[in-house]
Amino acid sequence: MLITCPYCGPRDVIEFTYQGDGNRERPDPASQNFEAWNAYVYDRLNPAGDHNEIWQHSGGCRVHLRVVRNTLTHEISNVAFVRGDHSSAARRKAEDKP
Amino acid sequence: MAERQSPLEPEFHVGSHGNFEHGVEILLTETRPGSIVQLAAWPGEEKTLMAAIRAVTGLALPDGAGGGSSDGVKSVFGFAPGKFTVTDEAEGLASAFAKVVAPAMGTVTDLSHGRTAIRIAGPKAEWVLSKFFAIDFALPAFPVGAGRSTTHHDVFAQIQRTGTDQFDIYVFRSFARSFWKALCHASEEVGYEVQ
Repeated sequence: MLITCPYCGPRDVIEFTYQGDGNRERPDPASQNFEAWNAYVYDRLNPAGDHNEIWQHSGGCRVHLRVVRNTLTHEISNVAFVRGDHSSAARRKAEDKP
Repeated sequence: MAERQSPLEPEFHVGSHGNFEHGVEILLTETRPGSIVQLAAWPGEEKTLMAAIRAVTGLALPDGAGGGSSDGVKSVFGFAPGKFTVTDEAEGLASAFAKVVAPAMGTVTDLSHGRTAIRIAGPKAEWVLSKFFAIDFALPAFPVGAGRSTTHHDVFAQIQRTGTDQFDIYVFRSFARSFWKALCHASEEVGYEVQ
């Protein structure tokens, strides 16, 4: 399985660490809504198909990434920085001159 | 200043080794830069930090991921968004950057004693490194001056191409000796010289 890091380019999955489901929304830390906390900790969509995930390129640039992975085929259909302000640092295309 | 000892020393054997009867195709050296500094810009401050790097080192960073340059004495390359490794043969680079990188711009981390710099050169350098790292070492994909961050058996490594067939590898000092031994073993079949 290859994940194309927006900064480093295509890298083997061994360089990445899975950081969990990308669909969860963390309740306000001060929240006392136990149902919301229960859902955040335990409820998962578990889809057979495209799944939003958070990965970290821990063996490379160490940036956190939003990855859409198909749980049936492992096909990666989209990778983006979790933090939008890195977009100017996206990888240079191979045909560009240094 | 105290004399810095090399972590490679017990395994650093100057001379030709391996299968070198048909010629030496790999040259291994420890470059021992006096300064290795890591710089990180806060979001939005990347261009300001790149200007500060230019002011201190005289090296202009190209735009784009992993871009870098080297003049043979000082080197710089990007290894993550807004983060750069800068090295200098002379000591004192961290204090020079501390004067120009304001707290609002970013951070300066002195890694001079934390990393070991190993240079691999020669016609088979790309070929030997391909046995270590699953990245594309071909010149069009990895141009001269550019940097890459990757791992070898979970040992983090930063690689800068400083020539058509020359690479500088920065590894943790504590892992440097075992990495060096592995590099020597991998170079044996093409013949290597340690200088």
